[in-house]
Amino acid sequence: MAVEAAAMAERGGEVPDLSLWRRTIDLLQRARDSDIWYSFKRSPITIVAAAVTAVIILSALFASWVAPHNPFDLATIDLMNASIPPAWMADGDTRFLLGTDDQGRGILSTIIFGARISLGVGFASVVFALIVGVGLGLISGYVGGTVDAVIMRIADIQLSFPAILLALLVDGVARGLLPRETHDELAIYVLVFSIGISGWVQYARTVRGSTLVEKNKEYVQAARVIGRPAILIILRHVLPNVMGPVMVIATIHLALAIITEATLSFLGVGVSPTEPSLGTLINVGQDYLFSGEWWIALFPGAVLAILVLAVNLLGDWLRDALNPKLR
Amino acid sequence: MFAFIIRRLLQSVLVMLTVALIAFALFRFVGDPINNLVGQDTTLQDRQKLRETLGLNDSVVVQYWRYVVNTAKGDFGYSYMHRRPVKTMLLERMPATLELSIISILLALFIGVPMGVYTSLRRDGFLAKIFMSISLIGISLPTFLIGIMLILLFGVILRWLPTFGRGEVVALGTWTTGLLTVSGLKALIMPAITLALFQMTLIMRLVRSEMLEVLRTDYIKFARARGLSNRAVNFGHALKNTLVPVITITGLQLGSVIAFAIITESVFQWPGMGRMFIEAVADVDIPVMAAYLCLIALFFVVINLIVDLLYYAVDPRLRVDGGGSGGHG
Amino acid sequence: MQWKATAIAGALAAATLMAAPTAGAKEFSWAFQGNLQSLDPHGLFETFTIGFHGNLYEPLIGYDDKMNVVPMLAESFTQTDANTWRAKLRAGVKFHSGNDLTTDDFIFSWKRALTEGSDMKVPARKIKEIKKIDDLTFDIITSNPNPILPRSLLILYVMDKEWSVAHKTEAATNLKGGEEGNFANLNANGTGPFMVTEHAAGVKTVLKRFDGYWRNIASNVTKATFTPISQDATRVAALLSGELDMVYPVPVQDWQRLTDAPGVQPLAGPEARTIFLGFDQVRDELLYSDVKGKNPFKDVRVREAFAHAINVEAIKKKVMRDASFPTGLMVAPQIGGFVPEMNTHWAYDTDKAKKLLAAAGYPNGFSLTMDCPNDRYVNDEKICQAAAAMLARVGVKVKVLAQTKSKYFGKVLSQNNYDTSFYLLGWTPGTMDAHQAIEPLMACRTKEKGRGLFNLGGYCNERIYALAPMIESETDQAKRAAMIREVFKIHQDEVGHIPLHQQPLSWGVSDRVTVNQRPDNVLDLRYVVVK
Repeated sequence: MAVEAAAMAERGGEVPDLSLWRRTIDLLQRARDSDIWYSFKRSPITIVAAAVTAVIILSALFASWVAPHNPFDLATIDLMNASIPPAWMADGDTRFLLGTDDQGRGILSTIIFGARISLGVGFASVVFALIVGVGLGLISGYVGGTVDAVIMRIADIQLSFPAILLALLVDGVARGLLPRETHDELAIYVLVFSIGISGWVQYARTVRGSTLVEKNKEYVQAARVIGRPAILIILRHVLPNVMGPVMVIATIHLALAIITEATLSFLGVGVSPTEPSLGTLINVGQDYLFSGEWWIALFPGAVLAILVLAVNLLGDWLRDALNPKLR
Repeated sequence: MFAFIIRRLLQSVLVMLTVALIAFALFRFVGDPINNLVGQDTTLQDRQKLRETLGLNDSVVVQYWRYVVNTAKGDFGYSYMHRRPVKTMLLERMPATLELSIISILLALFIGVPMGVYTSLRRDGFLAKIFMSISLIGISLPTFLIGIMLILLFGVILRWLPTFGRGEVVALGTWTTGLLTVSGLKALIMPAITLALFQMTLIMRLVRSEMLEVLRTDYIKFARARGLSNRAVNFGHALKNTLVPVITITGLQLGSVIAFAIITESVFQWPGMGRMFIEAVADVDIPVMAAYLCLIALFFVVINLIVDLLYYAVDPRLRVDGGGSGGHG
Repeated sequence: MQWKATAIAGALAAATLMAAPTAGAKEFSWAFQGNLQSLDPHGLFETFTIGFHGNLYEPLIGYDDKMNVVPMLAESFTQTDANTWRAKLRAGVKFHSGNDLTTDDFIFSWKRALTEGSDMKVPARKIKEIKKIDDLTFDIITSNPNPILPRSLLILYVMDKEWSVAHKTEAATNLKGGEEGNFANLNANGTGPFMVTEHAAGVKTVLKRFDGYWRNIASNVTKATFTPISQDATRVAALLSGELDMVYPVPVQDWQRLTDAPGVQPLAGPEARTIFLGFDQVRDELLYSDVKGKNPFKDVRVREAFAHAINVEAIKKKVMRDASFPTGLMVAPQIGGFVPEMNTHWAYDTDKAKKLLAAAGYPNGFSLTMDCPNDRYVNDEKICQAAAAMLARVGVKVKVLAQTKSKYFGKVLSQNNYDTSFYLLGWTPGTMDAHQAIEPLMACRTKEKGRGLFNLGGYCNERIYALAPMIESETDQAKRAAMIREVFKIHQDEVGHIPLHQQPLSWGVSDRVTVNQRPDNVLDLRYVVVK
């Protein structure tokens, strides 16, 4: 902050007295008046998508209060309740609105808790990829030369492995390298890492491109000449510029991360079945499609599809809204 | 030009070495291959002896170097599981995967491009919105679920299509093809659709956004001003300009489609390399897994290299920036 | 079915004409969840592989449809003194190659089974020496009296010496082998009723009836096609759609669907495999538990509490869909030495379990991790999950670590130093005799003697350890039975393991065919009849 203020002072401007509070208010006002808000209001599909996403995220966040019971607490599960159909069907049980799975867990509760894991893994992966990607993109674009070449080559290698393959790889490495006792506790972090690591390239490429453009502008070169750490200036100018594309990438990446987690579960590298994510639930339910217990796979599958669809719709809208050329 | 090619080649070699290291390192530390080679009654001494024979007791560096040298010679070693040369197995399985992948890509192109063009021209049309929604649903459902649903509907309930495998294949020299028999073609339908869905969505969206960009250019505005018909402008000018990046990116995606076939192949029991890889992962068949990873990387590096060189040849001023819009989950 | 018969392209029209099977051709196609890894009869000691090879190769004596031991290649096989067995081969038996079966072929096969790449060394080592008497007669010498020698040799298949020598496959498939691996790995030449016409490992294997087979069999199959299908759903779908005549295993929950569907039926029966839970009773502190400084499983009360906490009937009803057979013993009724009146499981009693835990010093339970395979036994992972939930009700928090069989076995078996605290395992004695459960599962672990190799938790009772070798060499059947009974009693009182159930065999069969379901889950093509 001090450097920044000093830099501004040096450029002849006054140091504006903007408290955090005022800046927030200002931001909100600008958001309300912005084109983005306008285009959001005008798109009913987007409003629905946002609402659906919000509902799923909120119920996942407050799962303990929202869900009828806690399926992760094994002591509350009774195997004799297994495979009960949804409440409105002949053998249904009002305790289990959407029926139960093969272990006697209520599908509704398990979906709510499962969504928490799916979303948690998804968000964490995205944040991880975002930090790595933006960081490497800045370094790559700013430093250039060998560093740039190495980072971009790594990105190339990375791209030759689709997320699934990469996640299988990372999971294998982790299991080989980490001490056995910690496997269970670390399983979910390994998952986050393996999904996240496959996504950083796109952030990096976007940020690198913007950095390359900013780097050669005169004011940056001027800053460099007078011995100022130009990277700070670039940060100030690059980040706001790329925030839009990065947000779009992040939203679509979130949808992808959730699907990747589900697919990994299908391939047997997911989270523990005693604390299932949506993907694990579908995978379990798949065993019961032929036997007529369709509700085990169908409801989690529907929630997963709706969630991913909603997030994708948001991403779509965001891209169009942020792309000035399309307005 | 020469220096550029050399530099690019060196980089590619480096990439391959790194991939080989990753592949090797990963699989050196997963599971215990010995367990898969022998039955449950085999004694400890016999197990120990086998470790020795396979060189699993040597230092990791030695094992890696041995692996690189052999791989460069095209020798991927012997599958622990099938006790056959991995090279032979890969060659046997490759036609199945390549046929599936290429057909899927073509399918995606032939459906994705027209849909993309349509949605770009009728941005707010009802049908365009439907297409966009369908494409979104396509990428919002996990591939394995789509595959199982297709099997349930067309294989079990309607009984129109075979539920697994490749049908009857014909050998053309060392290449086996399922494209020449009725059963082979029927067996291809569901896996190809399942695998193509994601690419189709990608292509459709790519074409749409490229078309939207192109349609805004002065070049198109002039074309319209010259009084050319909409049809001539849209297809003769706009689409033609769009197709270059689309085909490039589609080409670049081939490598990832081949790898992504893992899931499709395991759902449909398609006898390709992807299924071999997944089986190898489950069986801890180190040589097979490592060979597969190297092969996928090789595919990518070669395709990338060709694209780079082509770009360079076409326009040396172009900043060579490698890949397309990136992999997918 | 058309897709199967459709011939090669080029002449598609002609192919359509050829599609109709010629008169008398009876085709049978089936699928299993695993791959046929090798055709080498000495390659892999694994039930499916050995069972498949049984259609191509034959042993001296073998199983009939009910798994009774009957003479196969040996016309007679009798014990002449404590360490000697006299075998007389059947005359006129031919290999697929046309060569005659002789004593030399058996001696060659035995020696081959002892070569480095062989996985059949354990049965082969039961033989110390073979003395050739004439072309069809020989004596087998053992180092110790071995009343169950014939059973040990059930899986020692006989190869053709001349063929093996001609194709340079005198040693069992070696991992570092020649150009194409090893000839016998990809080709077969036995005395069995079927010969291999095509073998694409991991894709399909096609068999043809061998016209020169030495005896009459029930089967009328002329061509048999095997396909490995690993996904349960795909396998069941292929049967339902009529593409395959038989698939196994079928998930137990799909039985109803098969019953309802036209043209297919589930085929079920008890398998001789016992599924059980085991505890680490050796280490002073468990590897995966919050109990530090001591091992709760050393206390018999804790083990007993676990036994009372598990509701095997609920597992039977819900997880196994009424298809399992709850058990109190480590061996199934089909196994020699089984004691029917001892076959009751501990009563399901959570109060008693809690009291036992409290008495042992764990009134609030404890937590631990359980190792479990997820692709080896029928609903294995689901059983572990159910057990975890049941144990949670008495305060024991169990985390289930379910992995594929290769990762699971890689973790818990001897070569990884039995890295587990609590596990689920299944066992079928290879010889169908109780000794083959007692020695590897219940006897104390001793590396040098090779006992307790699969006693993953290291349960140890001196008396059982002493009884194990006695049971092996005892020839008086009454005394032997009494010793086995004593072992079972001690093991049950000490809750050495918790046997859960025998799992069901679960096959899906088209109405087009009749098959014989052997209790060891082996499909013998000799009994397949196509209508």
